[in-house]
Amino acid sequence: MSARTLYDKLWDAHLVQQRDDGSALIYIDRHIVHEVTSPQAFEGLRLAGRKPWRVDSVLATPDHNVPTTVKERASGISGIEDPVSLIQVQTLDDNCDEFGIVEYKINDQRQGIVHVIGPESGACLPGMTIVCGDSHTATNGALGALAHGIGTSEVEHVLATQTLVAKKMKNMLIRVDGELADGVTPKDVVLAIIAKIGTAGGTGYAVEFGGDVFRAMSMEGRMTVCNMAIEAGARAGMVAVDDITIDYVKDRAYAPKGEVWERAVEAWRDLKSDEGAHFDEVVVLNGADIMPQVSWGTSPEMVVGVHDNVPDPAAESDAVKREGMKRALEYMGLNAGQPIADIKLDRVFIGSCTNSRIEDIRAAAEVVKGRQKADSVKQAMVVPGSGLVKAQAEAEGLDKIFVEAGFEWREPGCSMCLAMNADKLGAGEHCASTSNRNFEGRQGYGGRTHLVSPAMAAAAGVAGHFVDVREFVRT
Amino acid sequence: MKPFTQVTGVVAPMDRANVDTDMIIPKQFLKSIKRTGFGKNLFDELRYLDVGQPDQDCSGRPLNEDFPLNQARYQGAEILLTRKNFGCGSSREHAPWALDDYGFRCIIAPSFADIFYNNCFKNGLLPLVLSEEIVEQLFQQMYQTEGYQLTVDLQNQQVITPEGQAFDFEIDEFRKHCLLNGLDDIGLTLEQADAIKAYEAKRRETAPWLFDAVKN
Ligand code: SF4
Repeated sequence: MSARTLYDKLWDAHLVQQRDDGSALIYIDRHIVHEVTSPQAFEGLRLAGRKPWRVDSVLATPDHNVPTTVKERASGISGIEDPVSLIQVQTLDDNCDEFGIVEYKINDQRQGIVHVIGPESGACLPGMTIVCGDSHTATNGALGALAHGIGTSEVEHVLATQTLVAKKMKNMLIRVDGELADGVTPKDVVLAIIAKIGTAGGTGYAVEFGGDVFRAMSMEGRMTVCNMAIEAGARAGMVAVDDITIDYVKDRAYAPKGEVWERAVEAWRDLKSDEGAHFDEVVVLNGADIMPQVSWGTSPEMVVGVHDNVPDPAAESDAVKREGMKRALEYMGLNAGQPIADIKLDRVFIGSCTNSRIEDIRAAAEVVKGRQKADSVKQAMVVPGSGLVKAQAEAEGLDKIFVEAGFEWREPGCSMCLAMNADKLGAGEHCASTSNRNFEGRQGYGGRTHLVSPAMAAAAGVAGHFVDVREFVRT
Repeated sequence: MKPFTQVTGVVAPMDRANVDTDMIIPKQFLKSIKRTGFGKNLFDELRYLDVGQPDQDCSGRPLNEDFPLNQARYQGAEILLTRKNFGCGSSREHAPWALDDYGFRCIIAPSFADIFYNNCFKNGLLPLVLSEEIVEQLFQQMYQTEGYQLTVDLQNQQVITPEGQAFDFEIDEFRKHCLLNGLDDIGLTLEQADAIKAYEAKRRETAPWLFDAVKN
């Protein structure tokens, strides 16, 4: 057989039927469900009198709408103050009960952001096809899996048929060579990649992240990178399996055990691109060139290094791009040429499926330790990605570090990443956020989001403006 | 799903690149558990001057008169003309639902984000790709002509201007077939149930761990 990429292998292994017109039916191993994109799918099943094909392949949890204050969470679902959110979370519970789907309910310790609980529980494994009605499903690609977001009609389709109608994407390799400088994190790597290829650079591609930097990166770091593949336009991002992957998966709740584990590991060892496999596109970055990144605009490609200045639209030759930059500066209330370090923050948000795992929380805590939130920062909140992450952080005493520094320690959920619950920005407020989207209004109407790593967000919360976390921790 | 064969309709502009799904339908409206009723909140933050709430009556809200969809000449538009990478961002199907509910049948752009593109077809909406040059030309003509209309002929894969100029476009055979006939994907796939079962049986032997149940 000719040399294949990791994506080729995953595709081939899941192909149920290839059609003449290029479309195909691919088998889905794991389906993760949350409250926002599923109600209409369940309704569709009911109307058509259909049942889930393989109900035990599905795992559900509410995350987008759940409140993150201890007070609102204390009494479970009935404590949700927003009546519309309450209906949505209640609807998920009802649907899961009706169809017999396992759900980590609101106050289950295993509840959390869909893309955090998948790998954490071992429900998502190497070599799987994984879908969820959410574009950041690519996070799971870090396991060496084919994972991508789907729409609600497709949620219904997968529930009913265990398959997806798909067309094979093209292969892209994004290689980051060498080593990262100290204090440069996976978040900075992925922001630098998006800055380089643009928000549509990966459209139509399945992206494999390769090279020394990814080989050396932890699983959680790889998840941060794959999570944002969609911000570069790619539905799926993935990393080849190695010892780091296998060590991560071992002993997780749903991971195979005993003899089956041995067989699985043997199969997983092949989940990498063969020598000489063909990629339609190869992008190369040098790890050492990547600086801590800060987004200045309203698109995840509008990113510069922390020591840079806000770019000048006048220097942009493409007219459509130039207009976009001008509009972004106006929305963000920034001036061309202004140093990034001069941007003052009103709020800080550490959380989201991009950066809410234990390593992220540790990195932020390390910066905050023994320091105080700047008075000018109205609020700095830390929202763990799941109940288990929260428990782990508390066992390590990290919650206390935050609270002593004037940061808020919250209950798990999506929170201010998309502001569907009460956690949001006011109009005109600048926020250092570890989330993945800085679109207009994303974190609240008129809110101004700056995407950064957890350590950078923590440092900005202490300083009150952006600083290079590497210089900051030395002072 | 309603079939899409041929549409002749007024063209409205969304003259910017990278229109994201948060812009198409802001998140507060995602709390609905229904598929319909999103049209009045399409492009909510651009269309109205206040902040929209779910389940709100929009008839008395202050309008942004500069926004094309609020202008008399674009009323009743069925075709949206826009720039590169339309629909980027989240997987929310509420975006095509909102466009459809508003009355759009077709969106013309030089490129679309993948998930959004896919979602359109599930809802009888045609995302249609034309080159940047042609899109630019259509923008010029539309701005110059009040009540500018285009005809989109899916069977023949052509966009036809009022002067009779025709531009060909590409589309997958399978998607075209489903759209022309208004076919439900799930019903079609279930016709292949035997193939799915055969795949499962084989796979269970080689990779049994993939079939372990998610248990509580
Ligand atoms: S954390 Fe944000 S990006 Fe991730 S699933 Fe939740 S809302 Fe979506």
